[in-house]
Amino acid sequence: MSISKEEVEHIALLARLELSETEKELFARQLDQILEHAGKIEELDTKGVEPTAHALPVVNVFREDKVGKELDLEAALANAPDREDDSFGVPKI
Amino acid sequence: MDLYKLTIEQAAAKLKAKEITSVELTKSILDRIEKVDGQVKAFLFIDREGALAQAKEADKRLATEKDGPILLGVPVAVKDNICTKGVPTTCASKILNGFVPPYDATVIKALKGEGAVIVGKTNLDEFAMGSSTENSEKQVTGNPWDLKRVPGGSSGGSAASVAADEAIGAIGSDTGGSIRQPAAFCGVVGLKPTYGLVSRYGLVAFASSLDQIGPLTKNVTDAAIMLQAITGHDTSDSTSLEYQPPNYLDSLKKGIKGLKFGIPKELFGEGCQDEIRDSIQNMIKLIESLGGEVAETSLSTFEYALPAYYIIAPAEASSNLSRFDGVRYGHRAKDAEGMIDSYKKTRAEGFGSEVKRRIMLGTYALTAGYYDAYYGQAQKVRTLIIKDFTDAFEKFDLLISPTTPTTAFEIGAKTDDPLQMYLSDVCTIPSNLAGIPAISIPVGLAGGLPVGLQIMGKHFDESTILSAARALEKEVDFKITPELAG
Repeated sequence: MSISKEEVEHIALLARLELSETEKELFARQLDQILEHAGKIEELDTKGVEPTAHALPVVNVFREDKVGKELDLEAALANAPDREDDSFGVPKI
Repeated sequence: MDLYKLTIEQAAAKLKAKEITSVELTKSILDRIEKVDGQVKAFLFIDREGALAQAKEADKRLATEKDGPILLGVPVAVKDNICTKGVPTTCASKILNGFVPPYDATVIKALKGEGAVIVGKTNLDEFAMGSSTENSEKQVTGNPWDLKRVPGGSSGGSAASVAADEAIGAIGSDTGGSIRQPAAFCGVVGLKPTYGLVSRYGLVAFASSLDQIGPLTKNVTDAAIMLQAITGHDTSDSTSLEYQPPNYLDSLKKGIKGLKFGIPKELFGEGCQDEIRDSIQNMIKLIESLGGEVAETSLSTFEYALPAYYIIAPAEASSNLSRFDGVRYGHRAKDAEGMIDSYKKTRAEGFGSEVKRRIMLGTYALTAGYYDAYYGQAQKVRTLIIKDFTDAFEKFDLLISPTTPTTAFEIGAKTDDPLQMYLSDVCTIPSNLAGIPAISIPVGLAGGLPVGLQIMGKHFDESTILSAARALEKEVDFKITPELAG
């Protein structure tokens, strides 16, 4: 298997990462290597095996939809790189 | 006497007997940090002022509370991927430059409630992704036993701070070995609890189904003390389990006699250093001499644990790290044209190379067309690994292995080869995939570097792990004696 530069560019767009030309080449090569190693899992016969998303049997946890004591507006906005009044400021969409 | 050398147990006794005050102890630790951290570089942030204020509070409580918590007045260090209100939390990443959490993680609340003094935040591989702490965007931490070598990772700063007597105890997080592997490299005790035993609320998520917070300490008793303090159900973490923990200190007395130990031969594979193998063989003899039974066993799916992990963890990470977009906190790229461009540039500038690599890997593994072959298959492999553990624990009380196939390697030795780096977690990863608890304790030196023994147990059976670890520790009598100039 080999990952093309176009594939790397597509994945980078999905992941919202701008990559340099050097990074594209490096990642294409390294992802190949890592996935080749990871491809070992295909050897195992998993017919009829259920996938595990969680190691312990945790089922849905419900709670009352009550308003609790949460962060106030100023605390929530304190780390924002940009704000406008009571909102996060962002570049034009 | 150098107060910074005390264990939690010793410090607590002296504090309660009024032989020392928390302010004296905290000052001793802060002075020690000032003296040696220029070499070790374990800390990303030292909270001198905050620590002394907390110590003063602790002294007030010590004066009035007769049976106060054990950790009352004891200085501890915290890995910098755990949120601390009003104290910078960076995950050793540029993308969180300037971020000051508006709240405390649940474990921090618990530690503060007990009256522990938080002296600072420790270095890590960026977002806990790595095995050497070299992926930190801030600094490279040295192993106190040999500063040219890595402390392990990703909780390398926490492990190094304890080994270098810069903290009496520390907190780390473990996704694939990130507490146990650095504990082994630095000659300290590191415990990864059962998944769900300790709340993850306020721990910056790497791989949510694998991450777990736990202690790094100078000995097993201290690990039991810290574990007790941070354990408990938390409604803020829906994966936190409702479970009434036992008294872990009481369980330390049970010893080893009659316990059945299994040795999965897959964890002694090629790549395991001879000296490490010898060290573990000695432990087997010791267990037998203490009345434990030891037998080799095979857990055939274990050879698939590492490859499965390197699909599952990056996949979860790629999703978790999408929150770092420069909108609500942290770094934001300048001069971006529109929103998408802002995301792309912000993340390109903010993330380091290993984090980008794992985001790419995880995104790839989750894309349509590859999902079943990689992520789906890895999750099925996870089921088989859990079954292997379940079967083994019908025959054995505990499983043992080396914590790491090698001792601490030199700084720079594996940075160009991600796969080689990943291999140093080969013994620790299976327990994360199965959510079981596991400890690493130092059992000797090989070429002047510490060797760690890993003990794995059933879900929620930290008690048996701790009792066996304590029994071995008493006999081994490992001394944390790195030669630090200064």
